[in-house]
Amino acid sequence: MRADLEIIQKWIKPGSRVLDLGCGDGSLLAYLRDNKHTIGIGLEIDNQKIDACLHKGIDVIQQDLNKGLGNFETHSFDTVLLTQTLQAVHYPDLLVEEMLRIGKNCIVTFPNFGNWKSRAYIAFKGRMPVSDFMPYQWYDTPNIHFCTVRDFDDFCRAKSIDVITRTVVDNKHRDSAIIRAFPNLLSEIAIYHFARGHQGDK
Amino acid sequence: MPDFLPEDSVGIVSPQRFHFDEPLTLRSGKVIKTYDLMVETYGELNAEKSNAILICPALSGDHHAAGYHSMDDKKPGWWDVCIGPGKPIDTNHFFVISLNNLGGCAGSTGPASINPDTGTWYGPDFPVVTVRDWVNSQARLADRLGIQQWAAVIGGSLGGMQVMRWSISYPERVRHAIMLAVAPKLSAQNIAFNEVARQSITGDPDFHAGRYRDHGVIPKKGLMLARMVGHITYLSDSAMREKFGKATQEIKEASLNLGRDLRAGKLSFGFDVDFQVESYLHYQGERFSETFDANSYLLMTKALDYFDPSVDYDGDLSKAFAKSDCRFLLVSYSTDWRFPPERTQEIVTALLKAGKQVSYLDIEADEGHDAFLLPVPRYMQAMTTYLNRVKQEVAS
Repeated sequence: MRADLEIIQKWIKPGSRVLDLGCGDGSLLAYLRDNKHTIGIGLEIDNQKIDACLHKGIDVIQQDLNKGLGNFETHSFDTVLLTQTLQAVHYPDLLVEEMLRIGKNCIVTFPNFGNWKSRAYIAFKGRMPVSDFMPYQWYDTPNIHFCTVRDFDDFCRAKSIDVITRTVVDNKHRDSAIIRAFPNLLSEIAIYHFARGHQGDK
Repeated sequence: MPDFLPEDSVGIVSPQRFHFDEPLTLRSGKVIKTYDLMVETYGELNAEKSNAILICPALSGDHHAAGYHSMDDKKPGWWDVCIGPGKPIDTNHFFVISLNNLGGCAGSTGPASINPDTGTWYGPDFPVVTVRDWVNSQARLADRLGIQQWAAVIGGSLGGMQVMRWSISYPERVRHAIMLAVAPKLSAQNIAFNEVARQSITGDPDFHAGRYRDHGVIPKKGLMLARMVGHITYLSDSAMREKFGKATQEIKEASLNLGRDLRAGKLSFGFDVDFQVESYLHYQGERFSETFDANSYLLMTKALDYFDPSVDYDGDLSKAFAKSDCRFLLVSYSTDWRFPPERTQEIVTALLKAGKQVSYLDIEADEGHDAFLLPVPRYMQAMTTYLNRVKQEVAS
């Protein structure tokens, strides 16, 4: 199983309704369906990925996240997911607001740009970081809104979003005490489970 | 004529007539006492009777959806690209049923049939039938064939509306509802085009208030005009540019021809046909007027205009789907301006609001509304993938 799925699935209640924004080939929703008996719907724009979803029997709606989520009712899902896509949308703040409207709780994962490798790349090379993990040049990257763990913490505070759990891992989604101690410096992927008006029932 | 039958064809098929004696009460309150439905089937019904797929026809579609009636046929059935062994609606695995709806003119009871009350043909007295009435009659056909639940009900355009009605009226009898190039109801613009078509027919001096057969004529000119205006709405601007813009390669490549190919190579400076597109529409209209009944055409356009399943639910379509128990697949086509993607998305939104399981694809296609009838690769691929899952469900 993909390591991020391992982490995320712990936060999904069995039998709940899950909306996956930018669901890719549907493997996360398929895993949740098979192991947590969730009812899921994915949003995706890529034709081949949509076909992969249909192949798995995952319901998928061809829809561009940048054009809004007005077709989804308020609180119509238990959990709204956004994995490795936040940095690629036009208006991350509006999208997170929409996620909070549609879902009772939300899960977001994003690459942490505050990681020491990114910092070192810019500091020593003076160029935007290019790696196997983020292989794009500045001009052709879909990732237009990079942020750091500290940025996202600030964002949640400013928007009165309650972070239920924050997990920080390396690019293999491995957790360690040292990463937890220095999340913004050492983590490569940040995984946030959040809600608004959360009563702390965890 | 096919010199030989392609391997992925259902081959030579023959229609069957099913007679129904139980009166059918229509939405209008009128009753059809007895009626016939013309039906074609492809593939084999399995022992559990769980692999049946119903094809709901669009406006001019009839029971002949796939294969050939004889080796002399110039063309196969109207949806042969999608139905056959190894095709998206795979007749190696599914039992496929296609029919001519009530009020049609391909053998099912309609305006050209004899009215048992009068002993003469119905003509304009044939009651206005609605999508709901069609679906009720299709349910009786399912009963007759012993099919409790369809593996899938599939249709495009007016056919898609029947699929929607199935999911609302008979939720327990549908596993998968597949709707293509469809809208939840017609817009004023859609109705306006239909009214032009109807006026063309009823305004033809040969129409004789619908009793043209008594006079030994048909309102050919009116039917031609009706089909011409309809046909324009089925094609996209880009499809017409492509189709009628072949004369000068250089101009075509510069996209400057706009589909303005001349029929005779020069302007006539008269009021006859100058451009290919005119000649094409004449041909389409002419061919249609020879095979389609004018009264049937009026009925079909009315069924379209009246369709609105939300009327029973305070105008809230999502409430109409409350009891639906199937999974939905909806497909729209980018250049369809009769039922543009936004109209199909209205249904998707209603289904989401109702908490239903739905997939939706917005296919890039140049062919306009007609795209759902054509082998657009991305669309064929998605249908194949989706129906493969249905296949597995049925087998297990």
